[in-house]
Amino acid sequence: MRMKERKVPAIKEGTVIDHIPSRETFRIIRILDPQEFEHPISVTLNLYSKKVGKKGVIKIDDRFLTKNEVDKIAILAPNATVSIIKDYKIQKKINVKLPEKLIGIINCSNPVCITNREEVSTTFVVVREDPLEVKCQYCEKVYTKDELEIKRK
Amino acid sequence: MTFKGRDIVSIRDFTKKDLLHILKRSREMEAEKPDLLAGKILATLFFEPSTRTRLSFESAMCRLGGKVIGFSDEKVSSVKKGETIWDTAKMADRYSDVIVIRSPIEGSARLAAEAASVPVINGGDGANQHPTQTLLDLYTIQKAKRKISGLKIGFLGDLKYGRTVHSLAIALSHWEVDLYFIAPDALQMPEQYLKDLREKGIGCFQSSDVLSVSEELDILYVTRIQQERFPDPLEYERYKNAFRLDRSLLVHIKKDMKIMHPLPRVGEISPELDETDHAIYFEQAGNGVTVRKALLALVLGR
Repeated sequence: MRMKERKVPAIKEGTVIDHIPSRETFRIIRILDPQEFEHPISVTLNLYSKKVGKKGVIKIDDRFLTKNEVDKIAILAPNATVSIIKDYKIQKKINVKLPEKLIGIINCSNPVCITNREEVSTTFVVVREDPLEVKCQYCEKVYTKDELEIKRK
Repeated sequence: MTFKGRDIVSIRDFTKKDLLHILKRSREMEAEKPDLLAGKILATLFFEPSTRTRLSFESAMCRLGGKVIGFSDEKVSSVKKGETIWDTAKMADRYSDVIVIRSPIEGSARLAAEAASVPVINGGDGANQHPTQTLLDLYTIQKAKRKISGLKIGFLGDLKYGRTVHSLAIALSHWEVDLYFIAPDALQMPEQYLKDLREKGIGCFQSSDVLSVSEELDILYVTRIQQERFPDPLEYERYKNAFRLDRSLLVHIKKDMKIMHPLPRVGEISPELDETDHAIYFEQAGNGVTVRKALLALVLGR
């Protein structure tokens, strides 16, 4: 394991997101909105992973994720791990977990949904985890992972 | 089982036990109960026009001794001034004991239910849900056939966009039924619904010719084919005529087969069928009052 970890530069403080399916890696970066970051972010793609095949790893210096951000990662990469790094050491490592309800982190793509007409936070219910299907609690439209419009902020 | 205070927003919120309870209460509502909801006020918030739904709710409330306030045209309400569904529901919550809302915006009833503390009943939210229509359809089927399990039910018309068909199919999936979807390919039942129904063990059959399956059916549920769905008016004319029922159907159906339609019809069923024993669509509309009486009584805890 140590040898593999070294393929990605170590960070002193920050967050490491691991076990992302390679194809979802850039979608996750977009959600995290790196243009707002003041600190370096490094991305490695196509590492071998037993769990997800070709995986991506994202390392972000001096930034820690909010619960909303971790939930968003769980949508795209249900097997991902998020590690908090302090002084080059893993201080905490969590397996992301898809909550039963996704609140305020997805836009409903249905133009006549009430959530696009009034100031109301969106709520999506997870109807199926694999393959992912979520349902808007208001207009009841069902979306697959590829159809989801995840909010950037 | 208590329905007191419960919102009626989506047919998906109901278990089979719930549905059976509503059907039972509906049967009881065939009798006169002129004082059951005396002193109660129903607010009808209709953000788009509707004849049957609004009149049958008002009739149901009046027949149970309650009173009705409300609007049926958003032009006369303050929504025109920009008031939100949320605020309108908050206001009506303080003026009434139960609210019925109808709006073309999908999910408005769910939002109104969150805003109001009194029970909210969805009178139709765009292409999404119209649960009281589904419940009265279910009641009509059970009343006409004295059962639901074992029936073969055909749906004819616009099955792609028809919310009444989608909701009724979901409700029927609690029973062992076979469903026949009869429509041109362009208007067939969406795959997602077929998948869900098949997963529940419901027999689903598709056809584009009503005569190929009509002899099997116990119920034929007809819906309107809307002209605006077709970019080409000629195509609409072709489908419209192909899916029009008249007396020629009668030699191809069981003697006790019943024809339903949520109304309004625009030529799908020739008036010459109205006087036959097969036609139960006006009775179906009448059942709307009975079932809505039951729902109002249930959510008001009476």
